Amino acid sequence: MMNDDRLKVNLAGIELKNPVMTASGTFGSGAEYSEYTDLNRLGAVVTKGVASVPWPGNPTPRIAEVYGGMLNAVGLQNPGIDVFCERDIPFLKKYDTRIIVNVCGHSEEEYVDVVRRLADEPVDALEINISCPNVREGGIAFGTDPATAEKITKACKRAARQPVIMKLSPNVTSIADMARAVEAGGADAISLINTITGMKIDVSRRKFVLANRTGGMSGPAIHPVAVRMVYEAAHAVKIPVIGMGGIHSWEDAMEFILAGATAVAVGTANFTDPTITEKIIDGFSAYLDRYGIEQITDLIGAVDNT
Amino acid sequence: MEKTMKHMETARILSQTEILDGIWDMRLEAPEAAALAVPGQFVNLYLPDAARILPRPISLCGIDAEKGILRLVYRVSGGGTQELAAMKAGATLRMMGPLGNGFPLEEAAGRRVTLIGGGIGIPPLLETARVLHESEGVTGKDSDGELRMQPTHVTGVLGYRSKTFLVPEFASYGDVMIATEDGSTGTKGNVLDALRENGCVPEIIFACGPLPMLRALKAFAVEKQIPCWISMEERMACGIGACLACVCKTTEVDGHSHVRNARVCTDGPVFRAEQLDLG
Repeated sequence: MMNDDRLKVNLAGIELKNPVMTASGTFGSGAEYSEYTDLNRLGAVVTKGVASVPWPGNPTPRIAEVYGGMLNAVGLQNPGIDVFCERDIPFLKKYDTRIIVNVCGHSEEEYVDVVRRLADEPVDALEINISCPNVREGGIAFGTDPATAEKITKACKRAARQPVIMKLSPNVTSIADMARAVEAGGADAISLINTITGMKIDVSRRKFVLANRTGGMSGPAIHPVAVRMVYEAAHAVKIPVIGMGGIHSWEDAMEFILAGATAVAVGTANFTDPTITEKIIDGFSAYLDRYGIEQITDLIGAVDNT
Repeated sequence: MEKTMKHMETARILSQTEILDGIWDMRLEAPEAAALAVPGQFVNLYLPDAARILPRPISLCGIDAEKGILRLVYRVSGGGTQELAAMKAGATLRMMGPLGNGFPLEEAAGRRVTLIGGGIGIPPLLETARVLHESEGVTGKDSDGELRMQPTHVTGVLGYRSKTFLVPEFASYGDVMIATEDGSTGTKGNVLDALRENGCVPEIIFACGPLPMLRALKAFAVEKQIPCWISMEERMACGIGACLACVCKTTEVDGHSHVRNARVCTDGPVFRAEQLDLG
């Protein structure tokens, strides 16, 4: 399949061949899915979160299926930035796609360490994960208070050579306040939503299904919540928005574009169909054909607000 | 790159029978997977109900590469497997696989291999038994120094709660010892009790079953210095090593993860017992 030039978007100064990316944590470093889907077709690969040192993650069970979705409490297991730079970046560089590295940490210093380490690496953007609900320190602790989120954004921006995307949590009272806070901190873009904190109980054993008790919910069941939040965030800030949460079809993805997202990320759906990202890209092209729209950027925020 | 791209296969159900309360025996027409599969591997099955977003990973109980047929013996343990069991012959479903590594059959060639299974861990050992039984063994020096073909000798040690399944089929590939918790068949107790009662000293062990069984078996194998491989089970999402849901604890730092966790779906499901930290 040829690249469709009508799908090009500019995200905080980075040109993407199309607005379809993978969502962090669902796609490994890209290597695993490269056997099933053509990474060259993707707008960008967003990698599994990486920290300054290897993290062991949470005990198992780490996941549970729920109606129309799943809970996960993987806990950001990762091999650390050194292995990531030696092994995963060179692998992704073999493909004609953009590389966005998801960065995690327990403290401001740890985030900044990773951001600094990536400064001279051939990656296109950084996504700062201040919204993981499954680690006790860091993660979501930075993503639920506007002042803290602004502070960590500033610290990352100071250390970064690449555009900084702040990944926001839906587990907040006002997503608009959070979006404005990271914009004030200098963020080049925002991405949302991360998972919604949930819990599942096994009634026959009277135990929590996840070893971590709580986990982040993803999958098609959270899609309407995500669309609402992307719409609110996109209207609160001027920086571009990456929409994600429950995309399982090109229609789901198009809702985010119409709500104001410049790009979209596909996560849990990769588990249901490893070729779903390519189907969404083809679905976008067909949509432009059907309605005679010249370029996808004409559709960003194009929902009828009257 | 496209040439070697893996993909999903549409599998057609050829037959579906309940062989015991809640234990189902399904045969699938899946020629691409059947041509590649080896004993100890599994497939991901994707259910028709779109609300069930995750595949069900199920081990292979039988592989017929020539006819292009896979046999899956599985237990209904929730809504997903219930939906699967309700599907009739002729229905199709999306499938990915074969996945995982499988048992190291070459390690067992020409030796007395003991296959130890507990409950729903038994089915993947049946295909292992068949392939080992039908293998040629290895040429090696006998105790008298003569060069002879040494056949692979298969013993199945099968543990059940009460009612048994797949026993006659195991018996056609080797010796069988049975343990039941209630003593209704064979040794009253667990698989280790059956081993002791029968005076069976394995030369090499391949095992699959519940965690307490595997824990006891690892201790037994380490003590007796018997090479032992264990097939692990864990809740999975992607099945291809990306999501890090299905990890198991390892005794040493894992080469891929750089922490003491290995992925059951891709680094396993079969591990050398010493590799595993079973708690």
